[in-house]
Amino acid sequence: MIIHHPLLGPRDAAEFTVRGVAGLIDRPDGLADGAADAFQDYLHLRDNPAGVHAELWYHEHGDRSWLVVTRNTVTHEVLKVELARDVARAQGRSR
Amino acid sequence: MTQPNRLSGGLIDRTRLLVFRFNGQVMQGYQGDTLASALLANGRRLVGRSFKYHRPRGIFSAGPEEPNALIQLRKGPETEPNTRDTVTELFDGLEAASQNHRGPLDWDLLAVNDWLAPFLSAGFYYKTFMWPRAFWERLYEPVIRASAGLGRLSGEPDPDIYDHGFLHCDILVIGAGPAGLSAALAAGRTGARVILADEDFRLGGRLNSETYEVGGLPGPDWAQAAEAELATLENVRLLPRTTVYGVFDHGTYGALERKTDHLARADGKPRQILWRIHAKRAILCAGATERSIAFADNDRPGVMLAGAVRAYANRFGVAPGRRVAIFTNNADGLRTADDLKAQGVEIAGVFDTRDDAIVTGTQGRKGLKSITLKSGRRVRADCLAVSGGWSPNLHLTCHLRGRPVWRDDIAAFVPGPDLPGGMTVAGAANGALALHAALTQGRTAANAAAKDLGFTPSRKQAPKASDEPIEIKPFWHVKGTRRAWVDLQNDVTTKDVHQSHQEGFRSVEHLKRYTTLGMATDQGKTANVLGLAILAEASGKTIAETGTTIFRPPYTPAPIGAFAGRARGKDFRPTRLTPSHKWAAENGASFAETGAWLRAEWYTRGGEKGWRDSVDREALAVRGAVGICDVSTLGKIDIQGRDAADFLDRVYANPFLKLPVGRVRYGLMLREDGFVYDDGTTARLSPTHYVMTTTTANAVLVFRELEFARQCLWPDLDVHLISVTDAWAQYAVAGPKSRDLLSGAVDDLDLSNDAFPFMACASCTVFGGTPARLFRISFSGELAYEIAVPSRYGDAMIRALMQAGAKFGATPYGVEALSVLRIEKGHAAGGELTGQTTARQLGLGGMVSGKKDAIGTVLSRRPEMTQDGDLRLMGFRPVDRAATLNAGAHFLTPGDPADLNHDQGWMTSVAWSPTFGHSIGLGILKNGAARIGETVRAYDPIRGKDTPVEVVSPHFHDPEGAIQRG
Repeated sequence: MIIHHPLLGPRDAAEFTVRGVAGLIDRPDGLADGAADAFQDYLHLRDNPAGVHAELWYHEHGDRSWLVVTRNTVTHEVLKVELARDVARAQGRSR
Repeated sequence: MTQPNRLSGGLIDRTRLLVFRFNGQVMQGYQGDTLASALLANGRRLVGRSFKYHRPRGIFSAGPEEPNALIQLRKGPETEPNTRDTVTELFDGLEAASQNHRGPLDWDLLAVNDWLAPFLSAGFYYKTFMWPRAFWERLYEPVIRASAGLGRLSGEPDPDIYDHGFLHCDILVIGAGPAGLSAALAAGRTGARVILADEDFRLGGRLNSETYEVGGLPGPDWAQAAEAELATLENVRLLPRTTVYGVFDHGTYGALERKTDHLARADGKPRQILWRIHAKRAILCAGATERSIAFADNDRPGVMLAGAVRAYANRFGVAPGRRVAIFTNNADGLRTADDLKAQGVEIAGVFDTRDDAIVTGTQGRKGLKSITLKSGRRVRADCLAVSGGWSPNLHLTCHLRGRPVWRDDIAAFVPGPDLPGGMTVAGAANGALALHAALTQGRTAANAAAKDLGFTPSRKQAPKASDEPIEIKPFWHVKGTRRAWVDLQNDVTTKDVHQSHQEGFRSVEHLKRYTTLGMATDQGKTANVLGLAILAEASGKTIAETGTTIFRPPYTPAPIGAFAGRARGKDFRPTRLTPSHKWAAENGASFAETGAWLRAEWYTRGGEKGWRDSVDREALAVRGAVGICDVSTLGKIDIQGRDAADFLDRVYANPFLKLPVGRVRYGLMLREDGFVYDDGTTARLSPTHYVMTTTTANAVLVFRELEFARQCLWPDLDVHLISVTDAWAQYAVAGPKSRDLLSGAVDDLDLSNDAFPFMACASCTVFGGTPARLFRISFSGELAYEIAVPSRYGDAMIRALMQAGAKFGATPYGVEALSVLRIEKGHAAGGELTGQTTARQLGLGGMVSGKKDAIGTVLSRRPEMTQDGDLRLMGFRPVDRAATLNAGAHFLTPGDPADLNHDQGWMTSVAWSPTFGHSIGLGILKNGAARIGETVRAYDPIRGKDTPVEVVSPHFHDPEGAIQRG
């Protein structure tokens, strides 16, 4: 499997570790009301689609970038690769 | 020592005579022979026994599809079972032995299985050995295992070297037959980076085995000229003896190159290389495999594929028989007669099913003597060349689940439309079974791929060659009462296929598994289509309706050794050594594996009888004077940035915003689910610069988590991380004399308690200018420091420290003494930080801030985390001070039954304490804090122990912490 790293170009999957659904970026606010329930959902409720799936991959044996890899779990086609930091910022995460 | 069946001609070097042994018998062949061609040249027809019935078997093919001629190659630890004669390049001194017989090959005792055949039909084992149940392990399995199987492993370590490598190209051409050479030439001429891989040692494919002309040259000469041109192109890499065995995602191809398999000795060079090829485009030119026709006793030595007969005659100059008959359902078979006649071999007859000339049986127990025709006539022949048509080698198109489609005009499956990305198919593999078409398709496919990648195709045309249309009329099997073989390697007959259908196993997938058709080491290369055709006929469907099974990697067997490469034994993973490893080894250290690290366990001194002597001495030296321990393996993370404090405050459960410069704080890290993850200390070296330590085990994982938090959770925090675990050598200097020792080591730094108190840190220099960092932290509970120097000074540092400490009795101590000391002090470590314990349970509940949102804090407060019966980390000592303790024991209240309902907790860490003179333990006990002074049972049924223990504070040594602050 080849992942087209936005900064480093095509890289072999062996250089990466995978973490799972990209929704883990969306960490709830721990000081908000109902935080405990929000964290339970955040941690334990995951989609497991046969098809398009956005995942977090970490370039551990490389530049240590976390990436959001959108791929098709049926065909293994990689549709999009983005820096997780850019995705997080686009979702409104900052400090 | 003569070669009675050697003809003239062929692509062999008659000036290079090679001597080899088969079953101990000395024989001769020539450079350019395969073992199979040399055996045939020597008149050897019986070369092995079949898998199930132990029938005599001979060489059937001339390529990788060989189902019969499997041999045990080489001797001793280098022996290789199940090697195909037909692809084994002959070398001087080769030794081979036949397989799967008990007693001599000619008189196999297990041939009795053939007489029992009526009882051994498909599904026999499934149906027969069901009962009595107890017999399976004791009787059936040992007997079946002893009589089944093919070759034997040596049982010794493989002495050969196998390597791994990566290759990249624009266009990968798989197969160097006419289509592949034509494709490689066209692609190479465009300037694209090309790899041409072929499993054979001579490029050319079928051109070397046929008598075709290409571009006015004999086929083999054209192939040689093409190879010569390719060799001049710098952008083309030729990989002969290389099998592309698998297709993987995104243009990744697995290939096995046999580097020294064809030599008598590897001489330290790798035997095989497993290549991972990344190709933007691939052109599959894998050719086609001939298949047989099923008729009675079609498995005798001497019955061969017609294409193989031509290969032996044309390429190797060998007559597979003195009098050859031909049985065919297509025009291709007739070529065989012409080629053999040209070589002066007698032809017994050409029997073409299209003329209703049908072979109905054969005679000859250990080799073919005659054949019987439908008319009843017997024809004397010692070789029968059979052609049932050709099946394209589309295996690689199926590796990503592509489905082949049936083509009636050539009576064969061809690659379907769902090819692996970037792959095209050309030539016979694509169903273009005529020469000119193959040459043209190769060129066209290469030019299209090159153009696609932005290269300019050359206008040069593919060479001219005569095109003979394929004329085939499907004819699969001759009906009869005797057994007719479909899959020679797994001994599957037409009867088995019919039985499978009768018993309801009617889908191709069921047929395969019930009869084991196509499940042998040859993956049914000559058998599958024949089996499907017979199943289709039995079920009254067409072959297209019946469908086909698909293929998985590897295309041909690939040794496990090649996949292991150099990652075996101690090289299975890297070994990490600390900078002062050499010094430790010189000083009597024995080492323990801690992850990939080797850490000194203890340092043995003269007169010590066992490890306990060493550990006790080392622990007492720390308590009494000063000890030095290598703690370089702890994870170290350099954290810098304007928001570094803020970042630390979010990843540690305890507060970090107000840690002053020049101070260290213990940090407790939780997982997001609220359980304890890791712990360590973090030192603030400047307002924007921190150094974190983690446990040795979690160094990589914590770093990964911190990067996740930094990039994904809080992307705009100004903070940067670098793992510096390997950059610093770090030593704990612990004990009442540690300050005295370090005063002589550190330059210009006041180490008095006021100037450098407990939990202080500083950048400094040691021994006259070597940069260092000093931390006043204590794992042992003693007055203690950790001093770090850049790794390159580690060895010098430990030697200098020991020298400076000699007058204070400085003693090196290992991880065992370190563990004893921390248990005495009651610090949690690996036995307690299991990922299943909470901060509360470890007595650290007060550290978890209730005011901030750090990783894990929210869920650490959920009610479930406190409804645990107040499990608490406590200390334990045996009531009988002479008793020893064991980690893993469970606690029981005296008088309670020993069951799960009455479980009170468990022992996590134990040690014999030289300080107290008895065993001590740490453990997690229900309602522990309220039970100090109580006696409970440490119950350990696995070790047969039941020890009364007293509950005490987990801090055996200096519970107030006065000593470490002194």
